[in-house]
Amino acid sequence: MSKNALVKCFVEALGINEEIVVDDLEYNSIPQWDSIAHMILIAALEDEFDIMLDTDDIIDMSSVANAKSILAKYEVTS
Amino acid sequence: MLLKDKVAIVTGATRGIGFAIAKQLCQQGALVFINGRDADKVAAVVSELTLEGFSAEAFVCDVSDADSVKNAFRLFIKKSKRLDVLVNNAGILDDALIGMVTQKQIVSTFTINTFSVLYMSQYASRIMARNKSGSIVNIASIIGTNGNRGQAVYGGSKAAVIGITKSLAKELAVSGIRVNAVAPGFIDTDMARSIPDDVFSERVNSVAMQRIGTPEEIAGTVTFLSSNLSEYVTGQVIGVDGGMLI
Repeated sequence: MSKNALVKCFVEALGINEEIVVDDLEYNSIPQWDSIAHMILIAALEDEFDIMLDTDDIIDMSSVANAKSILAKYEVTS
Repeated sequence: MLLKDKVAIVTGATRGIGFAIAKQLCQQGALVFINGRDADKVAAVVSELTLEGFSAEAFVCDVSDADSVKNAFRLFIKKSKRLDVLVNNAGILDDALIGMVTQKQIVSTFTINTFSVLYMSQYASRIMARNKSGSIVNIASIIGTNGNRGQAVYGGSKAAVIGITKSLAKELAVSGIRVNAVAPGFIDTDMARSIPDDVFSERVNSVAMQRIGTPEEIAGTVTFLSSNLSEYVTGQVIGVDGGMLI
């Protein structure tokens, strides 16, 4: 996985600037990353990396850093 | 054809209403993924439909098992990047008077009839959302809308399906996904034929049209709800029951 692909998913799904997509960015810490946007983000990640995430992983994906480690489980490396 | 180039999954599609739905969706041009627990039975149905010139693929899993559903969807996305229609049809009927219902009956009925709808919809809605369109059709029952003596468990499991339908319709509309339910009355399947003769006659007599319905008649309404003919219809429960009173 290229970092750009992950960042692109966050930028497009959440409608935010690339600069704020950092490891520490957390779910629900900004208005743009609410539950509805989270499901849009999941759809974007699944589409981009051609994977099907577990429901538990969707719930656990609470930060950009978490997203990277969860995607790694799907043999998508960050 | 109403469903040309559409991709559908039908659960419990190896026989009865599910098979009739799968066949009718095929006849309308859809590629239909046939679900069942038994890989051999699923393969036989896929083969039968393919031989008739239709497009069909296997979707083998136990819909009452969340992990099994997840694995089936993993295989599915390797074969298809899109999903247009999900028909949650799989179900069981295991009736008893309330004082004689076992816990096992309660758990298995709700797991197969109700939890499966949630498990399947979780994954299907995510794939449908990628294209901002889709139709989920849940097979409920007249017992779920009206209730019936001796069917508290089955009726409860199907009433829950209606609650799921109406809630998902509201949640998924923003993603372009419609969610509706069909509530069959008394339909000619192995399930209907499994009841005692006197109950069978009583049921037919309660139908205003004075006959049992056919699986194809359920499939017709499912096809309508799956197609663009119903593109502004969501959150509805359509009874297909010949005017049955219960």
